[in-house]
Amino acid sequence: MNCFTGIDLGSTTTKAVILDEAGAILGRGITNSRSNYDLAARVAREEAFITARFGLLRQRVEAAAGAVVLDRLLKAFRLSQTLAQLHRTRELIEQEVERSVADHLRRPTLDVVESIFVTMEEEEEAWFAAENPPPRSDFFRDAAGSAYMRLAEERADPDSVTFDLLLGLYDKCIIQVENEPLELGFRHHIGAALDRIGNSPIVREAVESATETPLDEVSTVGTGYGRARLPFPKEQIHSEILCHGLGAHILFPATRTVLDIGGQDTKAIQVDSSGIVTSFQMNDHCAAGCGRYLGYIADEMNIGLHELGPLAQKSTRSVRINSTCTVFAGAELRERMSLGEKREDILNGLHRAIMLRAMSLLARSGGVNNEFTFTGGVARNPAAVAALTELCEENYGRRTLNISPDSIYTGALGAAHFALRETCS
Amino acid sequence: MATTAKDRTAKVQKDRSMVLQKQMIAEHFRRLEEAPESGEPVVYTFVPGNLTELIRSFGALPLLPEINALQSGMRGKSRDYIAEAERAGHSEDVCTYVKCDIGMLKSGNIGPTGTRLPKPDLLLLSYTGCYTFMKWFELLREEYDCPTVFLQIPYQSDGKIEPAHRAYVVEQIRRDLIPTLERITGRAYDEDRLRHHLALAAQAEDDLVAVLESAKHRPSPIDAYFGAVYYVGPIFSAFRGTEEGVEYYRELRREVEARAAAGEGPITPDGPLNEQRYRLVVEGPPNWTSFREFWRMFSREQAVIVASTYSKVGGVYDFGFRHDPGDPLGTMADYCGGCYTNLNMPGRVEMLVDYIREYEADGFVINSVKSCNSFSAGQLMMLREVEKCTGIPGAFIESDLVDPRYFSAANIKNRLESYLQMIDARRAGNGA
Repeated sequence: MNCFTGIDLGSTTTKAVILDEAGAILGRGITNSRSNYDLAARVAREEAFITARFGLLRQRVEAAAGAVVLDRLLKAFRLSQTLAQLHRTRELIEQEVERSVADHLRRPTLDVVESIFVTMEEEEEAWFAAENPPPRSDFFRDAAGSAYMRLAEERADPDSVTFDLLLGLYDKCIIQVENEPLELGFRHHIGAALDRIGNSPIVREAVESATETPLDEVSTVGTGYGRARLPFPKEQIHSEILCHGLGAHILFPATRTVLDIGGQDTKAIQVDSSGIVTSFQMNDHCAAGCGRYLGYIADEMNIGLHELGPLAQKSTRSVRINSTCTVFAGAELRERMSLGEKREDILNGLHRAIMLRAMSLLARSGGVNNEFTFTGGVARNPAAVAALTELCEENYGRRTLNISPDSIYTGALGAAHFALRETCS
Repeated sequence: MATTAKDRTAKVQKDRSMVLQKQMIAEHFRRLEEAPESGEPVVYTFVPGNLTELIRSFGALPLLPEINALQSGMRGKSRDYIAEAERAGHSEDVCTYVKCDIGMLKSGNIGPTGTRLPKPDLLLLSYTGCYTFMKWFELLREEYDCPTVFLQIPYQSDGKIEPAHRAYVVEQIRRDLIPTLERITGRAYDEDRLRHHLALAAQAEDDLVAVLESAKHRPSPIDAYFGAVYYVGPIFSAFRGTEEGVEYYRELRREVEARAAAGEGPITPDGPLNEQRYRLVVEGPPNWTSFREFWRMFSREQAVIVASTYSKVGGVYDFGFRHDPGDPLGTMADYCGGCYTNLNMPGRVEMLVDYIREYEADGFVINSVKSCNSFSAGQLMMLREVEKCTGIPGAFIESDLVDPRYFSAANIKNRLESYLQMIDARRAGNGA
């Protein structure tokens, strides 16, 4: 089976999308960019191939054993992956304890680490087994990190194995876990997953037929901030502006204006009826009002990035905020808090300030034309979407606002379509 | 091996104009350094509206602070100079040319060729379209306590120089400037001498226009922005209306015409650019602190600039203006009022549209610099207007003149690459 890959090396996350010859999405992958683009590209691509395999698997297992079995298999597969990563983290922490912890503390530290990881493994099993598991970060680092932190706090002893000691061990080892290519291979984990769900011969046969279909990567196009790191010829490297434009067109074919707010830049793009960019504007020298800004705000408030939007939506009144300077964000926030403003009201004002900045870029690029598609990580934030909708209506009248739940993949999707289009032409 | 011989000839020819320019500039700064001893009067003035022929006719030497500032930027000195000026109390948001010049002054006043710069005997402002110029000379006047002449130059709000405006400027030159020059130089105004310099200016201007218009060839033998910065150097600084200037432009024209005849492109930081994928028009001054890096962003994509407005800040000669020895004061008034940034917005839009059409450009890029409101105000409106008139989308990038803190290579490269790929996509779309 011929396939076409698009890789988007963003400043925060790296995404990969695989298409078949008809342009249908076979698979997608996402990972932290970690300032190691080579590895991030490899991991995202590998993950996209895994989901592509699951795409094939889906058809065949569902036909052979039904949707419920398929779902269980998929979850078991993810669990196997996560457990492998947990196992590796624990192994590294234990090595670190042997190396750096004082003799008299070594045994008690190992015991606490063991107890933490046993619980984490149990929790992982439970999370994957749950009907509707609570939402959490897509990234191993964040999901595992918050569980570890919680358990370490609970089990630390200020007189012997302190929280700081446990935290230091984790911080040191998680970097290595992230930066070594883990065994994420499809075949390895699918075997474990099959065992976990009972290894029925019908399912095994369907899995094997999906596993053995070759996926031939005909062409790859790279985009995003790290694109120059990709080992591709120049023709296969495309600007993310073009990729976002085309990606948005593929997701919503009637798109004429695209707003993309990513980690470190904001792009306002106008596209024609075939998804070709006709005009664009980007933020200039600073990342004010971009995803990274929200990240700082979340850090300042000591909450998760995904909690910002919902918290802002609890606001009853908007605080007017003019500066979206990332550097001043902390100071601005503390100033408002000291004046007695409520967190949700401040956040509401911040979201509006970000969107005002985006509106200025949109105006410079040629306005907001129908239909209007919002992409990038910030499109996942409900308060940002609400502020955008309101401002768009105030300035341009009612527009159809498209947001895909998969908008984070827009750039990679556009890149994959460029790979497909250019191969076909 | 005929081409090798041709290449060698081209190289030798190219070297000659460059060598000439280098010698001219070195000699000029040597004379400036010795001015306190030799007694040659020194007049500080700015490129737009500069009255070099008149200054020369009084035997005085022109010195151009903004050229020194851009040279400091290219030589990697501007960061420290700007910091020096900011320590002295100048805001981060002030034009960086000014701060670079003030910082240079405070750091010993060593000019671009490593020689000490003399104090001015006169500060001559002959273009008031840039408000910052006025403030700049006020600062220098504080420093040097020397005579100052500020000519009021009316803006071309209706797109042309009105007869009354012209008469007004002529009157200021006659009543204010000439007597001041007579006083500080101790010489009487000599109109024949002025006519002589103006005639030399017109000769060099003819050759400069031929050089700039050579970009209509395919491939273009010049880069009309990055390369043209060097070509306009002598005529914008101190050599318009001089014998050396005439010789330089005669030589340059010969070299460029030889390159055009041989079908050769310009020499870029990465070597000759003979294969030209994109022909672009550029509006706005270049960034000086990363000049070569900025140029490379274009040349590595095989983009050549075929016309630019920046190469016209010292005169829009390609639209017909020539210094006229038959009407010495009138021609100087026309020159002052005809500065590129003194044109109104429709005039600037029209100029860009003309360039795109006449030079058969694939696109146009606006480099909007933080420092210069004379250039940057209204540029987005211009972008939209030019797009509307030509049907060709433009690109908008942002940087600064000489403050390295405002040059974000990744950001600019990203926009430029996106833009060039957009041109490709449009070509592919139109071809299908």
